[in-house]
Amino acid sequence: MKRICLSVVGIFLTLFASFAQSSPKDTTVYKSRKLSFEEANLVTSYYRQDGNNSAVTGGIGTEKLTDFSGAIDVKLNKWDRKDRKHIFDFELGIDHYTSASSDKVDPNTISSASHADTRLYPSANWSMENAKKGTTVGAGLSFSTEFDYQSIGANVNFSKKTNNKNGEFTAKAQVYLDQVSLIYPIELRTGGGGGGGRENNYDKTARNSFSGTLSYSQIINQRLQLMFIAELIKQQGYLGLPFHRVYFADNSEHIENLPDNRMKIPLGFRANYFVGDKVILRSFYRYYHDDWGVSAHTVQLETSIKINPFFSFTPFYRYYTQQAADYFAPYKTHTSVEQFYTSNYDLSAFNTNFYGAGFRIAPPKGVFGMQHLNMLEVRYGHYTRTNGMKSDIVSLNLKFK
Amino acid sequence: MKSKKSQAVRRMTFVAVSSVLVLGSCSTVKEYQKNKLNDGEMTLGARKIEKTEMSFQTYREGASGANGGKTGGGCGCN
Repeated sequence: MKRICLSVVGIFLTLFASFAQSSPKDTTVYKSRKLSFEEANLVTSYYRQDGNNSAVTGGIGTEKLTDFSGAIDVKLNKWDRKDRKHIFDFELGIDHYTSASSDKVDPNTISSASHADTRLYPSANWSMENAKKGTTVGAGLSFSTEFDYQSIGANVNFSKKTNNKNGEFTAKAQVYLDQVSLIYPIELRTGGGGGGGRENNYDKTARNSFSGTLSYSQIINQRLQLMFIAELIKQQGYLGLPFHRVYFADNSEHIENLPDNRMKIPLGFRANYFVGDKVILRSFYRYYHDDWGVSAHTVQLETSIKINPFFSFTPFYRYYTQQAADYFAPYKTHTSVEQFYTSNYDLSAFNTNFYGAGFRIAPPKGVFGMQHLNMLEVRYGHYTRTNGMKSDIVSLNLKFK
Repeated sequence: MKSKKSQAVRRMTFVAVSSVLVLGSCSTVKEYQKNKLNDGEMTLGARKIEKTEMSFQTYREGASGANGGKTGGGCGCN
C-alpha cells in the first residue's frame, strides 16, 4: 500500500515537473510591435426636440429640431521596445440637423443659412501607457466644421497610478479655438447678407475655450470605485450668437449681447458599485457654478441588471436644476439700461428630468453570430424641461473587435 | 453673510470628513481580485453610447464639464 502511495506521488511529481519544464519561463503575453487593430466603435443616434421658447425669435416660437448623428472611432495599438503601449484613436463624426428656429434667421428665403446643416468633426488622439511606472501620457487634435462655425481643438493629458495600482491621478488641459460667422437676423443686417454686408460671405469672430481638469479615481474594495473631478473652464471672445433676437419692453429689437468672458467651475463625483453578481449601480453628481450667475446641480443614477453574462438591461434617471444667468429675461422684459441681455431659455432657471433605458448584448461568439461584432447596445431617453421643452433620443453603439 | 460663510464651512467640513472616512476604508485590491471592477459597465466615466446625450445636454443646459465630455468646440446654435 505504502509502495502504491509512493508510486502515485512519484507519478504526480513527475507529471508536475514535466509540465513545469515545458512551460516557458517568460509568461508575458505576446505584445505586437506592429500597429494592430484593437477595437472600433460606431455610435449613431437620432434626436428630436420641441418647445416654444426659441432664442432665434426672442424667447418665443418653435424650438423644433431634429438631429441625426453618427461617429466611428478606430483604436489601434502597438508596443515599443521599452514595453510601453501606444494607443492611436481616430474618430470621424457627422451630424445632420434640421432646425425650425434657425429658419427664422431669414424667414423670407425658402432655405435660410442654417435651417438644415451638416457638421463634420474628425479627431485624432494618441496615448502612451507605461505599465511599469503606472503612467500614461497623451495628446490629441480635433476639428469641427459647419456652415457658420469652425473649431480647432487640442489636448494633452497625464495620468499616474498609485503604488498599489488602486488609485489614479489624471491631469488634462484642453483648448478650443473657434470661429463664429456673424449671421444676423435679416431685418437687423446693414447692407446685404451677413454682418459684413456680403451675401454668403460673412464676417467671423473668435470664441476660445481653455480648460484644465484634475481627477482622482480610487478603488475602495473589490466592488466599489470612486472618482472626483474638478475642472476650470475659461471662455473668451464672442459668447453669444448673432442670430439670437432680444425684444425689449419698449418693443425695440436687438441682438443678444453677452459678456466676452466666462469662467466655469464644475465639480464632479462618480461612484460605481457592483451589487451581488448581477447588478451594477452607477452614480454621478455634479455641482456647477459660473460667473454669469448660473449655478446647477446634476444627479444621475443608472442600474445595469445582468439578465445573464451576455445580456444586460439598463434603466437610468437624471435630474438637473439650474438658476438663471444674470443676463436672462423673457420676451419683452429687458430694458435699455441693461448692458448685457439674452432671451435664450437655455440660460433661464429650470429643472429637467431625463429618463429611459437601454440594453446591451455581448455574446462570446459575437452578436448575431458575427465574431467581430463584439457588442451591441441600444438606449432610449426622454427629456423634459420645466419650461415646456421636450426631447427624445435613441442611440446605438456597435463595438467591433 | 455670516450664515452663508458658516454654511459653506459646514459643507466643506462634511465633504472633508466623508472623504477621509471613505478613503480611509480602502483596502488594497490585487489585480486578480478586480474581475468585478474590470467589468465593461463599471467604467468610471461616461460610456460611448452617452456621447450624443451629453452633447445635447451641453447645448440645452447652462452647465457643462466634469463629465468627460467636451467643454468647447461646436456651435450648438439651435
